[in-house]
Amino acid sequence: MEARMDYIIEMLDITKEFPGIIANDHITLQLKKGEIHALLGENGAGKSTLMSVLFGLYQPEGGCIRVRGKEVKINNPLDANALGIGMVHQHFKLVHNFTVLQNIVLGKEDTKNGLLEMKAARKKVMELSEKYHLSVEPDAVISDITVGMQQRVEILKMLYRDNDILIFDEPTAVLTPQEIDELMNIMRELVSEGKSIIFITHKLNEIKAVANRCSVLRRGRYIGTVDVAGTDREALSEMMVGHKVQLTVEKEEAKPSGVVLAVNGLVVKSKKQGHTRDIIRNVTFQVQRGEIVCIAGIDGNGQTELVEAVTGMIKADGGSISVKGEDITKKSIRYRNTHGMSHIPEDRHKHGLVLDYSLEENLVLQDYFEPQFQSRGFIRRDAVHSYAEKLIQKFDIRSGQGTATKARSMSGGNQQKAIIARELTKKHELLVAVQPTRGLDVGAIEFIHKEIIKERDAGAAVLLVSLELEEVMNLSDRILVLYEGEIVGQLDPKKTTVQELGLYMAGSRRGEAG
Amino acid sequence: MKKKRDSIGFLSSLFAIVVGLLVGLVILLISNPSQAAAGFITILTGPLTHGSKGVGQVFYYATPIILTGLSVGFAFKTGLFNIGAPGQFIVGAFAAVVVGIKCGFLGGIHWLVALLAAMIAGALWGAIPGLVKAYFNVNEVIACIMTNYIGMYMVNYLISTNKSLYDKIYNYSKNVAGTANIPKMGLDVIFEGSSVNGGFFIAVAAAAVIFILLEKTTFGYELKAAGFNKDASRYAGMNEKRNIILSMAIAGALSGIAGALLYLAGSGKHIEIADVLAGEGFTGISVALLGLSNPVGVLLAGIFIAYITAGGFYLQLLNFSTEIIDVIIAVIIYFSAFSLFVRVFISGLRRKREEHAAGGKGEGGKKE
Repeated sequence: MEARMDYIIEMLDITKEFPGIIANDHITLQLKKGEIHALLGENGAGKSTLMSVLFGLYQPEGGCIRVRGKEVKINNPLDANALGIGMVHQHFKLVHNFTVLQNIVLGKEDTKNGLLEMKAARKKVMELSEKYHLSVEPDAVISDITVGMQQRVEILKMLYRDNDILIFDEPTAVLTPQEIDELMNIMRELVSEGKSIIFITHKLNEIKAVANRCSVLRRGRYIGTVDVAGTDREALSEMMVGHKVQLTVEKEEAKPSGVVLAVNGLVVKSKKQGHTRDIIRNVTFQVQRGEIVCIAGIDGNGQTELVEAVTGMIKADGGSISVKGEDITKKSIRYRNTHGMSHIPEDRHKHGLVLDYSLEENLVLQDYFEPQFQSRGFIRRDAVHSYAEKLIQKFDIRSGQGTATKARSMSGGNQQKAIIARELTKKHELLVAVQPTRGLDVGAIEFIHKEIIKERDAGAAVLLVSLELEEVMNLSDRILVLYEGEIVGQLDPKKTTVQELGLYMAGSRRGEAG
Repeated sequence: MKKKRDSIGFLSSLFAIVVGLLVGLVILLISNPSQAAAGFITILTGPLTHGSKGVGQVFYYATPIILTGLSVGFAFKTGLFNIGAPGQFIVGAFAAVVVGIKCGFLGGIHWLVALLAAMIAGALWGAIPGLVKAYFNVNEVIACIMTNYIGMYMVNYLISTNKSLYDKIYNYSKNVAGTANIPKMGLDVIFEGSSVNGGFFIAVAAAAVIFILLEKTTFGYELKAAGFNKDASRYAGMNEKRNIILSMAIAGALSGIAGALLYLAGSGKHIEIADVLAGEGFTGISVALLGLSNPVGVLLAGIFIAYITAGGFYLQLLNFSTEIIDVIIAVIIYFSAFSLFVRVFISGLRRKREEHAAGGKGEGGKKE
């Protein structure tokens, strides 16, 4: 293979195996100098593994890596750094009680007589910050600044180390639409200054917006590299998934008929000491039979607490919650679960499943005590088993050993399907779904969206909480925007744009509350 | 799948035992090389060389530690660390001894009432850490340590200040009435000359009851769910507080029975007035670890530890000190606490073997 100098990084024929799976199967990735190269693939396609190989976190079993035409061996992140490779991780690696400046220099501090010398560092950081329009406050503590600024700190960390090959791992997942636009501009600027960028994502819009070329991975295999300008979104998604997918959700007009969930003046106080600000401040809304109401907002604006108050996981400190006219504010979780409420929780590992239980045991987690599944305190194993078989077939839950499979060993998509099967099959009139498609691939998302719409059409009231704007826009019949514990706007997804929604989410616009 | 996992668990316990015994051999070699081989054989076969009496003694020693093992293991399965077995043990023993001394009029059911009293006393004592955990979020380990000491000093005080219970000359509790002793249930015929009695059957029955409770009932389903994932059990609407308290009460009841079975064995055991926590309670932790908290595993582990402890007594014949057995048990427990590591190691070996077997078909050339 001839080494061509216009490639700054070449990963040739990389193979990385883990017990039981081949995470990277002969993958080739060639990054040109000065380009933004998107790396596209579903969850589990092998993107992160490939980048971990490049960053020296894993050693590949086969293939070679060339940087600037020279074959190199990268044993650890320090080697990668020495070669000018830097990475912004999906979950930021920042020390929360350090300042911005301290975080940037961390690991590369200047010293004078054994004491820290920050002057030169401060000067360099400020220069970089101005040059690339990365506005940060050098003396602010990380835990006080916005997620957007934290990301800029991460970028500055790479620039401070004079890295010129930058890896962005799903950088937009935590940002508002406005912040995403800003990030795109920064990336363009970096490239125009001669940096090269690998941009990991599964969002097609962003690739179209900013990338020059795109390499696609699917289930550990290399599918191909295309010029972004000459390829449309449908073609990209087909490469990613392997078959045609519907990018928009088809649904009929909602026919709301009668209030099921009514939340009135709900207040949730912070339990942390020293915090006097209420997490949920006087929230009032209703969800009717046959409609999907979505709570939108940036993570951490009270969505979790709102849902926990509705489902009984935490106590409401004020206001009332009623289902079908019955006040359930003071009722137990069990009472709510058995009186019409189904709940797809935000964290399927923490709340949704007992991972060490088998699939069939998990499928009856909400109704093992019903006469159908027990007699005189003894579990009717055969009844549980046949019920599980039925659900597995109906919802196409795939697992290694059928009903006896430990939930832990199932894939994320199938774990989520199991929760959805359980919650939708159980008797209910209200479905509370929190981030039901988080971390799932396009195929599973499509399935879950269809099931939720089917729910609505069958006459259930659906309260949906999602951080994915596309999901919010596609699925909901009504959007309520939550900002700092208040509902700051009620929007109709058909009459609004993502940009407008973003302004509400960022708190810079307010409208009539629902 | 389940079979395979269980067999790995069994293998890891076996591995721990083998390593523990090897360390014991090394210690024997260091302290007296000429007798080491004989000593090692004594540890392995000691109880068998003394006829049916030796075997009977093994079951006698095993009885209380199977129950304290069940107590700790059961709590483990429900996500609680019951380090309070020594306290529950002695409180149970006290209740049994009080009934045993004072209620001679009960006749044939005397021992049964004493046993029941021990069970209730142990359950109440175990419920205390459960209560403070459920309502005040106090870590059960800390509460258990407190109740251990409170239990021990309280029992010492109650016996030594009560003339009807206290034997001043020997500084221990008085003899219980003959009717309070656990019936032999035919074991004295099989294992002539040993102290074994029907208590062993009670221990086996307790293991069976705990097994059924955990595996077959909705209550066990709830308790195990809470043990595996507390948050998910809350999400499913299970009553967390009630389950914590009941789980600790059941664990306490098991330890309480253990106390009764030891002091009602008719083997001349008395509650001694000494500031020492009951060793049987702590051994329960070892038994639960080695038995992987599984009721059947606990039963086997209890018998095994009793077996090598009995073997250790015979070591004295060769002028070794019995502490060597304690060291061996400690090493075994140490390694069974490493069972996770051992499990990974064993499943790694197994996978390699399977890969070798499949190597012909696959691409081969697996580099490591």
